[in-house]
Amino acid sequence: MSYLEHHAKSTPTGLRKILYLNWPLTLLLASVAGVGFLMLYSVAGGSFSPWAEPQAKRFALGMVVMVVVAMVPIWFWRNISALAYVMSLVLLLAVEFFGTVGMGAQRWIDLGFMRLQPSELMKITLVMLLAAYYDWLPAEKTSRLFWVAVPVLMILIPTFLVLRQPDLGTSILLMAAGGGVMFLAGVHWAYFAAVIAAAVGLLTAVFQSRGTEWQLIKDYQFRRIDTFLDPSQDPLGAGYHITQSKIALGSGGWSGRGYMQGTQSRLNFLPEKHTDFIFTTLAEEFGFIGGFTLLSLYVLIIIFCVATALAARDRFSSLVTLGIAITFFLFFAVNMSMVMGLAPVVGVPLPLVSYGGSAMLVLLAAFGLVQSANIHRPR
Amino acid sequence: MRRNPRELEFTHRKLTRRTLLLGGLQLAFAGGLAARMRYLQVDQADQFRLLAEENRINIRLLPPARGEIFDRNGITLAQNSPSYRITIVPEDAGDVGQVIADLSRLIPLDPEDLERALAEMRRSPPFLPVTLADQIGWEDVSKVAVNAPALPGITPEVGLTRYYPQGDAFAHVVGYVGPVSDYDLSKIESPEPILRIPRFQIGKVGFEAKSEDALRGKAGAKRVEVNATGRVMRELDRREGEPGADMQLTVDATLQSYVQARLGKESAAAVIVDCRNGDVHAIASSPSFDPNLFVRGISVGDYRMLTEDPYRPLANKAVQGTYPPGSTFKMVTALAALEDGVIGPNDTVYCPGHLEVSGRKFHCWKRAGHGHVDLNTSLKQSCDVYYYDVAMKVGIDKISAMANRLGLGVRHDLPMSAVASGLAPNRDWKQRVHGQDWLIGDTANASIGQGYMLASPMQLAVMTARIASGRNITPRLLKSLDGIDQSGNEAEPLGLNENHLRSVRKGMFSVSNDRRGTGYRSRIIAEDMRMAGKSGTSQVRNITAAERAAGVIRNEDLPWERRDHALYVAYAPFDNPRFAVSVVVEHGGGGSTAAAPIARDVLLQALYGGTPPLAAYPKGDRSRIKAQQERLERERLQRQDAEGNDRA
Repeated sequence: MSYLEHHAKSTPTGLRKILYLNWPLTLLLASVAGVGFLMLYSVAGGSFSPWAEPQAKRFALGMVVMVVVAMVPIWFWRNISALAYVMSLVLLLAVEFFGTVGMGAQRWIDLGFMRLQPSELMKITLVMLLAAYYDWLPAEKTSRLFWVAVPVLMILIPTFLVLRQPDLGTSILLMAAGGGVMFLAGVHWAYFAAVIAAAVGLLTAVFQSRGTEWQLIKDYQFRRIDTFLDPSQDPLGAGYHITQSKIALGSGGWSGRGYMQGTQSRLNFLPEKHTDFIFTTLAEEFGFIGGFTLLSLYVLIIIFCVATALAARDRFSSLVTLGIAITFFLFFAVNMSMVMGLAPVVGVPLPLVSYGGSAMLVLLAAFGLVQSANIHRPR
Repeated sequence: MRRNPRELEFTHRKLTRRTLLLGGLQLAFAGGLAARMRYLQVDQADQFRLLAEENRINIRLLPPARGEIFDRNGITLAQNSPSYRITIVPEDAGDVGQVIADLSRLIPLDPEDLERALAEMRRSPPFLPVTLADQIGWEDVSKVAVNAPALPGITPEVGLTRYYPQGDAFAHVVGYVGPVSDYDLSKIESPEPILRIPRFQIGKVGFEAKSEDALRGKAGAKRVEVNATGRVMRELDRREGEPGADMQLTVDATLQSYVQARLGKESAAAVIVDCRNGDVHAIASSPSFDPNLFVRGISVGDYRMLTEDPYRPLANKAVQGTYPPGSTFKMVTALAALEDGVIGPNDTVYCPGHLEVSGRKFHCWKRAGHGHVDLNTSLKQSCDVYYYDVAMKVGIDKISAMANRLGLGVRHDLPMSAVASGLAPNRDWKQRVHGQDWLIGDTANASIGQGYMLASPMQLAVMTARIASGRNITPRLLKSLDGIDQSGNEAEPLGLNENHLRSVRKGMFSVSNDRRGTGYRSRIIAEDMRMAGKSGTSQVRNITAAERAAGVIRNEDLPWERRDHALYVAYAPFDNPRFAVSVVVEHGGGGSTAAAPIARDVLLQALYGGTPPLAAYPKGDRSRIKAQQERLERERLQRQDAEGNDRA
């Protein structure tokens, strides 16, 4: 019996749990989603269809899911972590064979009322499994090679499957989030240093090989990298998205061009304006003030998660909360870097704002875990 | 399993440390994002704002309305009339093939146009309209409009196109417009952007081409907002262009139509100039063509018919055609001699039927000769020997100079295509162009308007007007531009001795009114309208000595292209000259028979400002003239009918 069960009697019970929901966090999530509805309404040319309305319905459903997840004791979630992870893996394998390929090359399973992307589910279950693993693992074994190899494998299997879809954005997210949880769990510095050194070495080798006989990647792949580094080289081809995105952002100025007045998004110069590039529309129409406000909301959500984690008394609660915070952070950090021309276009949505069902439901379920950890904290 | 509290405490502290570290990193990254956002949105805002505007705003040119052209009385010669076309927006049509099939059951569609339209549809984005049928009638448009609900994506559109209501009567004067071609663009150094508007029409020939700059006007522009695929979302603002200037010509449409009809099917030209100010009242060239054919884009077959016709309907013979003036030149030789003082009006020359000049025999048209001939008789009976003799005395250079003074051999700057300068040769010219010495025989030929001498009907009319008025009349085609009168100062006197001019005029009066004058049969008997004229018959072949001995072959027995040109110049009224006219009938035979009646009819028409009374004609002619008037009137009505049907 672990610490959690031991102190189960000092946690709130029944409907009283609702009082212990982290209300500021709930409010922040709702605000961010609200920004999302606003922007989806705008990019549809001032219409609730086809995006704002379904998004709002899914958000409502997501909030219910969050509350339900939050009501369930956190130790229950810890206990089913391994099962959830295995189920996600099975689903990932299933889409590999039976899934449908859609926009953004991600694969989904049609559940009738929504399209489930197992890769989204995997982001959370991986974090859950790793948190449960380190909760179980005695602290002194954390940095031993074998006990490091096990979670690495847990991360690499789904990463590989997602990469095959192919979904580069999600696989990067999985690796980074998994690595983050391992780091927090106390795995020795040296492992991370080694991995980073190896990655830098590999990249250097790739670039050094350019133009030589033993060139490591194909020419077109090099050109993509070139385009990312200098989009103006190819403003109508591959660099088009980045160039137009930067123009939209930049033309917003301090206070933006006004709600629904963004010419770049309204006239379709922006690609994927309701999904990956929705931040650009926000920045164009509400300017620096609008963009900075959204960024601040995101940072506040992270801060609330970190506070919850630090207050938690057990490793699972802390690690799962922090892992979710990292995933969440990676979402918006990669997306924003992408639209601002700081990162290549990899197809990561802006969390809770971009149009998309799976991502939103899964994220809200994850925040349900954070809430659960908060509610079931022994007091 | 229970963890020992110390271990728990240790791992918890480690977790807190690392959490704070990672949290710090995340915060730093967020700060970096904020800084980047600030850089793009605040520091670089102006630059990106500009780029966004460039993205969304397109400038579209608005073609200006072309200036209209009127005759001297305000009758429209060239106008912009609405033209209807049927366009299809493939995106709205859905099943394009089905819609086109439905449409073709409704109105006739040219398979050639259809082919082009389908090709265009494949090239352009689906929201851009493509023209299916152009220049279609109102009836077809209404058919399409009524059936619009059954024809998705099909829209009848209205635009402006040039229309020439006078048809072939003004084809040579006004010319025509046509769509800008690549060839046109290649000729212009830096073409205005407006010329690149598809189907934009510019003047191709005639007045339309010469006055292009004033007629075209200035293009307007509208700024439109476009989306990423180029679709126009809305119009932001527009600046209307300036329409082209309206032009009024000196030509009288009624007279012009009459002259054109009077020339009939002959290959001929006639020019009527106002003797007082040089206004060109009519300038006809026959046969003509319908300029509207060119506006619509002439078919290959029609074009070939026009270019292969031996009567050259596309040539504006009135200003482009040059002919040996023949005996109509004799006034020039006479004036040169009188001014030089080598002869007096009453001095006589004996005409035995020929004159031997440096061993070569130059014949008079009358084999038997005219006997003793003075100036008046020489003009009246058109004695050639008199002029050979006089020309020997005065010399070619003075004759040439007099020709220039009277408007021959000099280019009159008229806003028409390919205005010819003709030729009044002198010694210098022959030396320069042919590298040969001037021969005395050349002078003999030149004295009767043969040899190198060339003049256009326009020049002959100017010459006549100058002789009639004694003033330096310059032909003028443009009466007013945008409502501003373009008439210049009164013409300067020519500086010729009035007595000499009077003698020549008297001679011309005799030509027309003396029983023995060559133009007597085509006289005017109305007392105050009587005319003075001069006939001319210019050879286009050499008559060999053998032929002359056997008897010169009559024109009627020669093939058309070897017959003589018939010319006649005249002015009226004799006492107070109002109009000067020149008529050239290519290969028409004798000037007095083929050209003089036309000149008389045309003059009367101009003088009376409409159909002249039969009383103005000699008694014997009246019944024939009456029939002719009725025939021309009938033809005019027929043309009007055809025109009306054509427009509907």
